Amino acid sequence: MTNYCDKYIVLKSIVIVTFVVDFQLQNNMLLINSISQFGRYCLFMRRVFTIPDRWRVFLQRTLQEVSKLGVDSIPLVVIVSLFIGAVITIQMQLNISSPLIPAYSVGLATRDIVLLEFSNSILCLILAGKVGSNIASEIGTMRVTEQIDALDIMGVNSSNFLVLPKVVAFVLFMPVLVLLCMGTAFLGGLAVAWATDLISVTKYVYGLQAFFQEWYVWYALIKSLVFAYIIATVASFFGYYVKGGALEVGKASTNAVVSSSILILLFDVILTKLLLQ
Amino acid sequence: MIEVKNLTKSFDGKTILHDVSATFYTGKTNLIIGQSGSGKTVLMKSIVGLVRPEQGEILYDGRDYLKMNAEQVKAIRKEIGMLFQGSALFDSETVLGNVMFPLVMFSDMSHEEQLERANFCLSRVNLTGAENKYPSEISGGMQKRVAIARAIALNPRYLFCDEPNSGLDPKTSIVIDELLSDITHEYNITTIINTHDMNSVLGIGENIIFIEKGHRAWVGDKNRIFKTSNEALNDFVFATRLFQEVKDYIVNHGE
Repeated sequence: MTNYCDKYIVLKSIVIVTFVVDFQLQNNMLLINSISQFGRYCLFMRRVFTIPDRWRVFLQRTLQEVSKLGVDSIPLVVIVSLFIGAVITIQMQLNISSPLIPAYSVGLATRDIVLLEFSNSILCLILAGKVGSNIASEIGTMRVTEQIDALDIMGVNSSNFLVLPKVVAFVLFMPVLVLLCMGTAFLGGLAVAWATDLISVTKYVYGLQAFFQEWYVWYALIKSLVFAYIIATVASFFGYYVKGGALEVGKASTNAVVSSSILILLFDVILTKLLLQ
Repeated sequence: MIEVKNLTKSFDGKTILHDVSATFYTGKTNLIIGQSGSGKTVLMKSIVGLVRPEQGEILYDGRDYLKMNAEQVKAIRKEIGMLFQGSALFDSETVLGNVMFPLVMFSDMSHEEQLERANFCLSRVNLTGAENKYPSEISGGMQKRVAIARAIALNPRYLFCDEPNSGLDPKTSIVIDELLSDITHEYNITTIINTHDMNSVLGIGENIIFIEKGHRAWVGDKNRIFKTSNEALNDFVFATRLFQEVKDYIVNHGE
């Protein structure tokens, strides 16, 4: 009986050790893969940020990308901001209604939520889905259909030619989207104030203006520029290194959205700490 | 002329090209043939620089490609035209935009001159009238011809074609073959065609390199191929009964 127990304990120990070693190995592999991916990303960026072969072509492509990545995102930004602005206003009214808190606080809280988080972080998470998947799938398709090889054979720096206009266009246009988002979100709140008896329009507008800190707008714009850079470069990176066919392009697109979303959240914490303290 | 000397290339520890040497002549249609997976695409990609071999030399008219710096590589790539298996046309550009692309990027021509050159290249491949169409709006054969027009737009010294007939019907394949052969002779360029289309081999093969399991197994031309004693080559080229009968007839009756 004792012999049987000993064998059982030894066997169980082996299983546990194997599991721990396997877990460690998996973690190490994950770490090595992450470091290797980061290294590839840095090398990719080095090739992206070089002087364009033809400035005229670069400017032309940048304008096209402004239209494709920026202007085409306006309807999504307007719709999302309008509704979220309205929802924030309703929720603020329902949650902070108290005889001790002045009514204009609803407008004030709505404004600060929109300025500090919604117009930059949340908007960029939404745009990571739209713009990020668009960039990754476009470049990924070019990779699997050998269009990128064709550019390389011609002597064109394909990473610079394809990616730099996207990065420049999206980073430059992002402030426009952020300001539009702020304005539309406030209009959404105003629509709620006007259409319902939750809060008066006068108090809502007074709340929007009360204790206004200009720095919050700059804070939102600075964060959005960093997020725009993350969305454009991470999506391009995943698209550029696709191997295989249509299935892999789909996977790359998903990976691009997931990775850029995680990075946006990470940098949101870092930038908030740096800029607001 | 392009010379390849002792080229070796491996992927994940598996050697794909074993010490391959070959010469590709100027003004001739040079064909690389071999079964799927034999290493012919890796050989072509190594020559154009899409894949870097571990060992060997690639000489473009005496200039060693593997020893060139980034600027020299960029310069020599402007002398190269390439036709990809799937045409690799830019989806967002029209037919004319595709052909003008290398001119816009690398020539110092005025816009009118670029337009004139692009239209000339399109007329050379018999594609006038399709200038404003997008690649998705034209047939596979037309896409190949646009890709040829784009490849010759900058008057290349070297033209590479990866499976130019794949996915095309036999009649269109012959048109593409004849076009490639005519362009090679007309502009005196070094053309390398990667194919396993036997009609191309017997039609335009002026210098044929047979790759088998990563080794250069045979070199010759379309006339010599009928008399070869190389068993692997015979099995590959004359795999169908029709080609076997053609071979027997030619061997017995002469050309």
